[in-house]
Amino acid sequence: MASKGRFGKYGGQYVPEIVMPVLNQLEEAYNRYKEDPDFLAELRKYYVEYAGRPTLLYYADKLTKHYGGAKIYLKREDLLHTGAHKINNALGQALLAKRMGKKRVIAETGAGQHGVATATVAALFGMECKIFMGAVDIERQKLNVFKMKLLGAEVVPVTTGTSTLKDATSEAIRYWAAHIDDTHYIIGSAVGPHPYPTMVRDFQSVIGREIREQIKEETGGRLDYLLACVGGGSNAIGTFYEFKDDAAVHKFGVEAAGRGSAIGDNAQTLSNPDSRPGVLHGAYSYLAQDEDGQVIEVYSISAGLDYPGVGPEHSMFHDQGVVKYVGINDQEALDAFQLLTKLEGIIPAVESSHALAYLDKLMPNTKKDEVVVVTLSGRGDKDVQQVARALGEEID
Amino acid sequence: MSRLENKFQELKNAGKKGLVIYITAGMPDAEATVRLVLEAEKAGADVIELGVPFSDPMADGPVIQAASYQAIQKGMTVKKVLEIVREIRKSSQIPLVAMGYVNNMLNYGFEKFTVDAREAGLDGFIIPDVPHEESGDMKKACAEQGLHLVEFVTPGTTDERISETCTTADGFIYCVSINGVTGVRKIDYGPINRVIEHVKNQTATPCAVGFGIGTPEAAVEAARQADAVIVGSAVVKRIMEGRTEEAMELIVSMRHALDEM
Repeated sequence: MASKGRFGKYGGQYVPEIVMPVLNQLEEAYNRYKEDPDFLAELRKYYVEYAGRPTLLYYADKLTKHYGGAKIYLKREDLLHTGAHKINNALGQALLAKRMGKKRVIAETGAGQHGVATATVAALFGMECKIFMGAVDIERQKLNVFKMKLLGAEVVPVTTGTSTLKDATSEAIRYWAAHIDDTHYIIGSAVGPHPYPTMVRDFQSVIGREIREQIKEETGGRLDYLLACVGGGSNAIGTFYEFKDDAAVHKFGVEAAGRGSAIGDNAQTLSNPDSRPGVLHGAYSYLAQDEDGQVIEVYSISAGLDYPGVGPEHSMFHDQGVVKYVGINDQEALDAFQLLTKLEGIIPAVESSHALAYLDKLMPNTKKDEVVVVTLSGRGDKDVQQVARALGEEID
Repeated sequence: MSRLENKFQELKNAGKKGLVIYITAGMPDAEATVRLVLEAEKAGADVIELGVPFSDPMADGPVIQAASYQAIQKGMTVKKVLEIVREIRKSSQIPLVAMGYVNNMLNYGFEKFTVDAREAGLDGFIIPDVPHEESGDMKKACAEQGLHLVEFVTPGTTDERISETCTTADGFIYCVSINGVTGVRKIDYGPINRVIEHVKNQTATPCAVGFGIGTPEAAVEAARQADAVIVGSAVVKRIMEGRTEEAMELIVSMRHALDEM
């Protein structure tokens, strides 16, 4: 039995033996359905009629004029049902789970976006749903917790370890190990053991494929820069994958530089020179860890980016230089959040604001005939309260 | 023959079932761990599984999670676990296997870890997040140092996987009693017993059943097909609550129950 699901030296299946049969079952089902015309047609139908695909590729004229360099386009994943790209993956995996005869889906969530997306598809397909969420995050994200409950999901508080996303993920895996017969685990990012990183990438790469088609219409195909934020890295891999062999398209994955460069003050898994590969949640990939190999709790103003690991394919792209990974701190993200809101009347998620903020560094080096696309992974309604607090306004 | 193989041979010759006791290293501290291991040996443990605490122990239930978390907070590290082993070896030859997660070991450098582990006096490793698919290079590194890398079967392990595992297994095979994580609960041993029967047709490597065993009765129940039982959470819980005497009494009562089988 050889190691599977490797991206260069990264990836693999570092999970307890209990989980191996169900991973094998999942891999087999995924391989069968990923090219099955009926499955793809059904997924397409839900993408179009339920989620709202294709999403717009919006020319941000005022933002372009503001910088005075390349033309800036926004890939509007924020316009999707539930407000973020997470629904692309949740729909794909729920449909797969249905075909596999699973009656229950479970998921981990940090900020609550993936939890809401999973609870939504569970409601749509009439499946039982359990969402594992750190007790600390439940306190921080009451609105999303209530949404999930309205959608019929049970939100399970996780109080082990640091009571945040990484612990919620471990707890979801533990629950799955005990309920493999009737439960499918919908991992929310391009992380975890094989086949998850591949499967999540495939479901998200509709983003990049649409960009390719739409940019043809807009610029005749000219595209010089692609920007996306990276936590676990699902919207970024979905954006970049289609262009991985196009060396002329410069790809930037933007990580959260948080409040400083000290260990635990940021969520830079790839763009931090001190970070090195390790194993978390089933995959070998770059990992925020201390000198003894304990996984550390990372920080970002954005709850969607503060995951100590990153998808294994990103680790490979990092080593190969296919994608350049960079950091944007809390303040820069907050500034970009306000800039887009004021200039374009679009409130971006704080996660996506990290990608937007990198324009500040990129644009001075661009030419007017060049083209940049930023993936706006989600909308910022959920973040308004937190941004108000960060700006010193009380709206509670 | 390694200490571990010797022990299982002795047990077999005597017609006895083995008792493997798990103890989290550094809980409550390094000195206590050395003492607890030696006491557990006196109480009747045949093999000690020394837990190397990891921040994200995916295969463990609440008790061992909490023990690992606290041990890390108190400063336990991989290096210190090896120091504990050296300390134990000053007065005991009980087989010692380190149970830990792969990240700590990769971080230490796996080959270096095998060299240092052998030098310290360890006999092998149990790494629950390394399934057969990922164990190839590690298996080789262990073999070079004469160490065992314990492999797993579960009630859901397919026949094909069982056969592959049986061809490479050494030391003992960790037979997980139930789909789930560590922690005491009532378990139907039927499914894992059927897997063990299958294993025994293919290899002479001893089988040890673990997960969920908390009482002498459960130990007897679990040991029917197997060569040994593994007890973790039930012991660790008592240690964490400061009831170490009760932890040792539990080991004694399990020893008696197994010896009367």
